[in-house]
Amino acid sequence: MMQTTVRLQREDFDAAAEQRALTHGRTDVGAVVTFTGICRGAESGEPIAALTLEHYPGMAEAEIGRHVDEAKSRWPLLGVTVIHRYGRIEPGENIVLVVTASSHREAAFAAAEFLMDYLKTRAPFWKQVESKSGKAWIEAKGADDAAAARWDKGPGSEAAE
Amino acid sequence: MKLVYFAWVRERVGKAEEELAPPPSVKTVAELVTWLRGRGEEYAHAFEHPKSVRAAIDKSHVKPDAAIAGAREIAFFPPMTGG
Repeated sequence: MMQTTVRLQREDFDAAAEQRALTHGRTDVGAVVTFTGICRGAESGEPIAALTLEHYPGMAEAEIGRHVDEAKSRWPLLGVTVIHRYGRIEPGENIVLVVTASSHREAAFAAAEFLMDYLKTRAPFWKQVESKSGKAWIEAKGADDAAAARWDKGPGSEAAE
Repeated sequence: MKLVYFAWVRERVGKAEEELAPPPSVKTVAELVTWLRGRGEEYAHAFEHPKSVRAAIDKSHVKPDAAIAGAREIAFFPPMTGG
């Protein structure tokens, strides 16, 4: 049984409860990877007061859903939960949760990393930093694009597009 | 069609969304950007580096050469920084 949850929300989430919800009462799951992205207290060496995450309602859910479907087609997953917060988030608070469940660890690890790499570069969210020097939009990092690009299919497998 | 803007594109344009009817000669996303840049200083500022602005048609990512015919909603935004 494949269980999928994608949620965008202003409020915090409980990573342990989400993991339990994915595995509770079943014995086919042998591995769960739970990744939580947390707001750091500094950006480029400067202390920050908060991040504000803007998102594109409708597209964010759709885009995350497309990548969850892609992950399910690549790995034998038994469950996926993605929760992304928006609004004002202070240092130490949760931003994003990815939980992947499978029979074996390889699929769970790989799918969680794949989903996070794509969330960073393809999901329509934008972070603005609040600090002593005012508000500034965070610039996209080339390293994140490179991390996402390593999952791109090689020549020969893209004929369908 | 409805145009929507996010993050610093929204701030520079000065609005989150608007209804616009580009002329029939505007056929692609890149041509729409060029047309928008001619609409005023705020648009010229928002699209001063067209390569740093991404687009979506009806909530799917598209490239600059994508056709806009039939689009209900076109979004412009900076490279994404979620996760």
